[in-house]
Amino acid sequence: MDFYFGMLQIVGLHTILGLSAYIILLTGQVSMAQAGFMSIGAYIAGMLTVLAEMHLIPAMLIGGVAAALVACIVGFPALRVKGLMLVVATIAFGEFIRIFWFNFDYQISRGGVKLGPEGGEGFKQIRFFPENGWSTLDVAIFIWVVAGAVIAAVWWMDRSRAGKVLRAVGEDDLAAQSAGINLTVVKVSAFTAGGFIAGLGGSVYAHYTTHIEHLNFDIVMATFAIIYPILGGLSNVFGTILAVIFVQVFLLEVLRPLGDLRNLLFGAMIIVVMNFMPHGLFSAQVASRIKGVFSGRKEGANA
Amino acid sequence: MLEVNDIVTAYGKIEALKGVSLSVPEGQITVLLGPNGAGKTTTLMSVAGLLKPKRGSVTFEGQDITGRQPGTIVQRGIALVPENRLVFPDMNVHDNLKTGAYVRNDNEIESDIESIYERFPRLKERYHQHAGTLSGGEQQMLAVARALMARPKLMLMDEPSLGLAPMIVEEIFRIIHDLNQEGTSIFLVEQNANMALKIAHQFYLLEQGLVTFSGTPGDMDENEVIQRAYLGTTA
Repeated sequence: MDFYFGMLQIVGLHTILGLSAYIILLTGQVSMAQAGFMSIGAYIAGMLTVLAEMHLIPAMLIGGVAAALVACIVGFPALRVKGLMLVVATIAFGEFIRIFWFNFDYQISRGGVKLGPEGGEGFKQIRFFPENGWSTLDVAIFIWVVAGAVIAAVWWMDRSRAGKVLRAVGEDDLAAQSAGINLTVVKVSAFTAGGFIAGLGGSVYAHYTTHIEHLNFDIVMATFAIIYPILGGLSNVFGTILAVIFVQVFLLEVLRPLGDLRNLLFGAMIIVVMNFMPHGLFSAQVASRIKGVFSGRKEGANA
Repeated sequence: MLEVNDIVTAYGKIEALKGVSLSVPEGQITVLLGPNGAGKTTTLMSVAGLLKPKRGSVTFEGQDITGRQPGTIVQRGIALVPENRLVFPDMNVHDNLKTGAYVRNDNEIESDIESIYERFPRLKERYHQHAGTLSGGEQQMLAVARALMARPKLMLMDEPSLGLAPMIVEEIFRIIHDLNQEGTSIFLVEQNANMALKIAHQFYLLEQGLVTFSGTPGDMDENEVIQRAYLGTTA
């Protein structure tokens, strides 16, 4: 059973990560720095629970806020570059954060045991969950409480006026600007919100794995983050969740017997989707068809 | 109503406007003509705050709006209908209209949308359709309607006839004429000099970043206007 709870945990964590990129992608910005923001939440929350012996919840919030602050600062220079150049710039920034953690030492000795991040060795013994006797299921539930809150918040934001404003900027920033929308405020806010969510996800992730190191937050993780909303489409948050399930459960677990061929398939999949389904797997058309099914309306029956 | 005073706007080192001055009187249709690359769009964008002039000033109703944020300028009562329409393609018609009212927070937005639908019945028919699926003419109407949602006193229109069939162009010009009759001042940039001069109260010729002529449609021989509007004097 623990295997399935484990799956549930991974899907929950990646959903949080995917939604952090979703919010930024709504404004038309592709951020490859989400793994970096995630690492800030992970290291800071980890240090707070391990070194300062803080409770997890406030540590998570502080981790999220720290990541949001950094994301906000990144948001400003990001305004100056668009498209491919923004991808390159955010990759560079993500790597910058990763290298920072690679060189970051802050250890204290407690009871003869050294605790805290140790550069390339990583940050071991983030033991809040085992110390408090949480089972795999407990942790899975906790992750989904956080993921559920993030899903609900993003879903609500998306349907509100704020969501329309983000989408307007994403669809055509010149037109949005001439309607009176302040691009700086919108784009930087999206980065800040995305940073907060990624940081929150990272702080949960650190406690879930109990051991983090810089390599957890490399370009592969950053690619995962942006792939979910691209695969899932920007119609609504559920596309991103479906994409996480598709990638993590189907591509990585069901196809596990294929071994290394999976990675090949993963790349091919992305190319296929971008070419044939530019609005993602879960586009507005699919969404309205599903809505039709649930409201009892059969297709073609409205004649 | 709008006074543009000796503005210089540059893209990097290249000055697209080399000191443009013009004025748009209240209640009139003012047309800006000129060949490609003369700086017509740059002029509109400098007024709308999308580009910041390096020198010179823009005043609207006596207040200096040079280099203000586009949002502030929309709030003051200037709305831009951008070149190539630039509707939000993946949003439906209704939401496109709502974005136009972004700077407003009164409770008459829905009733304004209703009167927009009366003016543009075609938009009402398609209110739930994605704007990207509309025809070019319908998109242009939507772009005009979206700008109207800001309740502007002055509308800046950038080549509304671009790429449209002659019949649709006539309809667009009729709409511009009607809007003006109802009291909205219009500052229109056009390549279609013939049509534009029919509704213009006054016009300016812009060539290579400088105003080279200003007057009323009768002031210059039409053939000369056409030649200079399309080719420029140096051609």
